[in-house]
Amino acid sequence: MTTTMKGKQVFDMLKGELASAIVEVQDECLVVKPAKLTEVAGFIKHTQGLEFDYLSSATGIDYPDYFEVVYLFYSLEKNHRFTLRIRCADKADPVAPSLTCLWMGADLQEREIYDLLGIKFSGHPLLKRIFMWEGFEGHPLRKDFKNGF
Amino acid sequence: MEIKSQQSSMNIDLHEGRLIEELKRSSCEMMPEPSEWLDEEIKRNIIVSTVDKLLNWGRKTSLWTETAFTACCTFEFISLSSPRFDIARFGMEVLRSSPRHADLIITAGTLTWKMAPQIKRIYDQMAEPKWVIAMGSCGISGGIFADSYSVVPGYNRILPVDVYIPGCPPRPEALMAGIERLRKKIEKKSFTKVD
Amino acid sequence: MVFKTEPFILNLGPIHPSTHGVFRMRVVVDGEVITDIEPVFGYLHRGIEKLAENKTYKQIIPLTDRMDYVAAMNNNLAYAITVEKLAGIEVPERAEYIRVIMSELQRIVSHLIGIGSFFNDMGTFFTPFVYMFTGKEKITDLLEMVSGQRLLHNYMRFGGVSGDLPPEFLPALRKFLREMPPEIDMYDRLLKENEIVLARSKNVGILTREMAINASASGPVLRASGVKRDMRKADPYSVYDRFDFDVPVACNGDCYDRYQVRIEEMRQSIRIIEQAAAGIPEGEVINPVPLRFQPPAGEVYGFIEGSKGELGFHIVSDGSARPYRLHVRAPSLINLTALKNMLTGWKVADVMVIFGSIDICLGEVDR
Ligand code: SF4
Repeated sequence: MTTTMKGKQVFDMLKGELASAIVEVQDECLVVKPAKLTEVAGFIKHTQGLEFDYLSSATGIDYPDYFEVVYLFYSLEKNHRFTLRIRCADKADPVAPSLTCLWMGADLQEREIYDLLGIKFSGHPLLKRIFMWEGFEGHPLRKDFKNGF
Repeated sequence: MEIKSQQSSMNIDLHEGRLIEELKRSSCEMMPEPSEWLDEEIKRNIIVSTVDKLLNWGRKTSLWTETAFTACCTFEFISLSSPRFDIARFGMEVLRSSPRHADLIITAGTLTWKMAPQIKRIYDQMAEPKWVIAMGSCGISGGIFADSYSVVPGYNRILPVDVYIPGCPPRPEALMAGIERLRKKIEKKSFTKVD
Repeated sequence: MVFKTEPFILNLGPIHPSTHGVFRMRVVVDGEVITDIEPVFGYLHRGIEKLAENKTYKQIIPLTDRMDYVAAMNNNLAYAITVEKLAGIEVPERAEYIRVIMSELQRIVSHLIGIGSFFNDMGTFFTPFVYMFTGKEKITDLLEMVSGQRLLHNYMRFGGVSGDLPPEFLPALRKFLREMPPEIDMYDRLLKENEIVLARSKNVGILTREMAINASASGPVLRASGVKRDMRKADPYSVYDRFDFDVPVACNGDCYDRYQVRIEEMRQSIRIIEQAAAGIPEGEVINPVPLRFQPPAGEVYGFIEGSKGELGFHIVSDGSARPYRLHVRAPSLINLTALKNMLTGWKVADVMVIFGSIDICLGEVDR
């Protein structure tokens, strides 16, 4: 049975500067400052006892005030899971750091979020549209995008 | 090396994007069904119509299909060509991957705008006479995806469709019935008619 | 004398006999050797996630069918499980057993097609494929019996399944269970030690254990690389914890191992179905939800072990009748992350073998 790590539990393990990177501690996840995401993610990947070596999925969500990206991690060894979130408050030009340096699995998923929601991932090796063609206007999954031919 | 190939691939993408936009702009209207076969039969004389009969017999009994397998309907089409339903009875078991060998294109599946230029190009490369069967509700009108931003509402925006087969997906039996219709249609076509 | 070759871009697809649909790759080749590849997606992008935002929860079930169209039941199941998790709906016992049977039957279909087209890509033009399709048609008949559809079943509902098994189903299933294992053995006997198969797939397209984990591969691709991870065991959903089955793993991570894992998985699926068919209880098959179904606000991630890997749905609900956001963790797409590393260094002729061994479904890659 996969257990879900509590946000509090992981937060207690973060020390010093990393603890200040946390915006909010939720029940089963942590909300991280976008600029500090790679450090926190690296920490939970490499720390003994956490060892989140498997990035399962990355999802972008368009909320009225901000964009949210949700990352779901698993540890294959310890068989537990955890969620990290970042919020990009700048709705006009959202930027988030890319996790491709830590998990290759983020590659296509980040491209997908970029294409459909327009969140730019800095540090991504090949950030371009994945599903829509070059020259397509708008990002379909944003709430202000009108569906239809 | 790395950088060069990335740059040139971006150029290919941009070019592709322009083609898609162009096709999208130019295909707001539905194409009418090709309907030569409705012409008055009186215009033909007896000898010519016998030649017609022979030609049409040859054509209808050896339809070679181009594989334009885009989505779910494909699997019903493959079922049709598998031993259980056995499309070979109609002389159609030859699936060509080259449009130059084919005279029928069965468009099995949803067509997206990104795919549309390729399908149109395949159709253009096929030699005359050629026929199109639109398979499934996606092929007819976009079906369940009709109001999506990336789906072409029906193949008849870019190709003149001869026969429509409804269903999502149509059963192999329905596909057979559609092919039967097309054969009837081919029978009526006159290739030797002089105006 | 030494020849100098120049790299050039070779385009494969989107309409190509062995790209399993409309996948496209730009391969940079130097002579015969692949130096770089860039997959191009989106030729079947139908905007399912956007369409789902404008549909009620129940109306989305047929949309999920059309993602991985060779494993429609599994998609239905994953979505139903997610919504049940969100709204806290109980599922009757009998329905859980029916779901397990359907899901495993569908897994066999998917693996049969996967293996058939893998050999097709290898050059045995259509012979194995036709064999596999004969097996597939038997299961299609069973699934049609319960759902009325041959391919896209639209069978699962929130809180159960749409209808009870017809009386003739269980006898037919038992007949199938008698017939299928010898058939799988026959496929395996024909293919396993075939010299050409061995030459073309053994030690070809190796995906190492570390790479597989790092690239978030899942399903048979991950297990062929030596990671024993199956969501049915790791985090049992539905009633999978009641059945006795093994998780097949291989250690080399080459194309042949991926094929072997699939064959073995079909045998395990048969085992599960046998147990489920023997233990299926009587009773209700659905715990109906109200007509105007509005789950509470919240966020949920539900998953199953689909035939291609971990199939997950991430739903954000704002308490209305339509989801605020629906995201699919599509195993087919994510398994392709490592494609570049698997292909680089191999010859052009190996591209299709390696690609075929991953077994993707384009409807799910692009959605
Ligand atoms: S008509 Fe139905 S089965 Fe055919 S491609 Fe469209 S959605 Fe798929």
